[in-house]
Amino acid sequence: MASISLVNVIKRYGRGAQANQVIHGVNAEIADGEFIVIVGPSGCGKSTLLRMVAGLEEVTAGQISIGGRVVNDVEPSDRDIAMVFQNYALYPHMSVYDNMAYGLKIARVPKAEIDERVQKAARILELQTFLQRTPRQLSGGQRQRVAMGRAIVRQPQAFLFDEPLSNLDAKLRAQTRLEIQKLHRELGVTSLFVTHDQVEAMTLAQRMIVMNAGRMEQIGTPEQVYGQPASTFVASFIGSPPMNLLPGQADGSRFACPGDSAPLVLPCAAPRAGALTLGVRPEHLEINPEGHWPLAVEAVEMLGAERLVHGQLGGVLCTLRIDATLPAPAVGQRLHLSAPPEHLHWFDAGSGLRVAA
Amino acid sequence: MSGMVERRASLDLLAHVVMVLAVLIVAFPLYLAFVASTHTAQDIVQAPMPLWPGDQLWANYSAALSGHGGGAGSNAPVGRMIWVSLVTALVITFGKISVSLLSAFALVYFRFPLRGLVFWSIFVTLMLPVEVRILPTYKVVADLNLLNSYAGLTVPLIASATATFLFRQFFLTVPEEMVEAARIDGAGPMRFFIDILVPLSRTSIAALFVIQFIYGWNQYLWPLLATTSEDMYPVVVGIKRMIAGGDSGNEWNIVMATAVLAMLPPAAVVVLMQRWFVKGLVDTEK
Repeated sequence: MASISLVNVIKRYGRGAQANQVIHGVNAEIADGEFIVIVGPSGCGKSTLLRMVAGLEEVTAGQISIGGRVVNDVEPSDRDIAMVFQNYALYPHMSVYDNMAYGLKIARVPKAEIDERVQKAARILELQTFLQRTPRQLSGGQRQRVAMGRAIVRQPQAFLFDEPLSNLDAKLRAQTRLEIQKLHRELGVTSLFVTHDQVEAMTLAQRMIVMNAGRMEQIGTPEQVYGQPASTFVASFIGSPPMNLLPGQADGSRFACPGDSAPLVLPCAAPRAGALTLGVRPEHLEINPEGHWPLAVEAVEMLGAERLVHGQLGGVLCTLRIDATLPAPAVGQRLHLSAPPEHLHWFDAGSGLRVAA
Repeated sequence: MSGMVERRASLDLLAHVVMVLAVLIVAFPLYLAFVASTHTAQDIVQAPMPLWPGDQLWANYSAALSGHGGGAGSNAPVGRMIWVSLVTALVITFGKISVSLLSAFALVYFRFPLRGLVFWSIFVTLMLPVEVRILPTYKVVADLNLLNSYAGLTVPLIASATATFLFRQFFLTVPEEMVEAARIDGAGPMRFFIDILVPLSRTSIAALFVIQFIYGWNQYLWPLLATTSEDMYPVVVGIKRMIAGGDSGNEWNIVMATAVLAMLPPAAVVVLMQRWFVKGLVDTEK
């Protein structure tokens, strides 16, 4: 097991004027045994970053080390990592057993030891009865487990997961998520897990890296990322429905939104005057007859345990989340809202970066 | 609905009539060849020609196989000719498959200078039949002293644009992740080729085996040029050489026995490999 460190990692495709830079200097220190999820929208460079750690993509500049050893120019097979691919990439003509044993055979591990490791992995993943089948005879979930088994038998320093749950149906995905968590608890291997799914990210991560357009927007525990998003991107990407973001001009405890005639009255003073974006999560907006924020209800969605109420606030469409046991507001009704001061987030209007309250 | 059924029945009938006719058209000459191979030479040239098998089967076939026919043309033993054909066809088949597999592997998985040019020159030769280059090829083979040798019979026919192209297209469908998984497993290029690509291509290989074996077996023009000695005739050329021109008496019974014998190996290959052949043409096993 090992720590992984990324120092100013840059990836460029092509050369000279046509060069297309897709990763713009990522820095991260991943501790031994940590489970890190890299999350971001498609095309943000998260898979590229993972593939650079795996050695499948060249590092244009910067440094990647695994267990203190710089691996920029080390072949993937010599990096002591194992990777689980989105489409599993099992060898279709080999049995489950051979799929798991193949890497060890190449590494000339003695037969008895190969057998022992494969049987052990099969036991952990409950694949014992499938060892002689070919991947075609397995379901998606079983194939996924074989792909994990192939990673486990290598006993690597790090596991790299490239969206391994995307091809599973929702129920199986939830179940496999728990299995991966359990596996990580048992094996304690440093893991990098790439996903575009924020639920996967939140549930699996010890720390998560949120990426956007080739940049690392934030690294932190799920609580930090959700509770103190570092930018408007993180605020709107993590959380469903996303955080309400209201652009406007702050002046003391008044906040003038462009679409509204009267400025919003804040429960506390804004951190500074000028152009800011105010963020507040849907669950932190409260219906309060004394509230200073008027919201014209445009739609109500019933989700079972809660309702989502959508309406215009400060000239933008905002959402609040209320308990389903409360009476449902009618469309067209005007609600008065308030939000506790500790749950207001402030972002710079230009850079989108968080402004400390 | 009964109208539907009736129409179906008549369509079925029509289809069967067409199929039976087609089978007759294809099978009757074969049957006639077989009948001819079971009579004496005199019986065959009578009019009308006999339509039922005669009693000379054993005599004719053993004469053909050992070369004791008394015809005006070549009397080379068919046993030897079939052997030459078999070796030639197998060398061409295995040669073509291995050369094409390797060149497709190089084209798809390696970046080398002029790769595009190489691919396009292979692709363009798809459009050129052997006959176009037959004179220069003959010159080269003759200068290398390869006439009347297995090498001369096979080497010029081994390079195959079609097979290379077919394998290239197949390799392109192998998911990139599988290549990467193999890289992480530590498989080098040749290891990947042998352990993964070749087994994955096995149905295509089987289909090509059938096609190329028949192609090699049925070669006529090239062996006609490249062989002058009787003991290097493939059977297809041998049949031709048995038939003397003009009015000279041909032992048609022996010629037909040879023709029937010449049909057996390719027929056996098709029958035995049929399942694989169809599979190779219809499904892409990944």
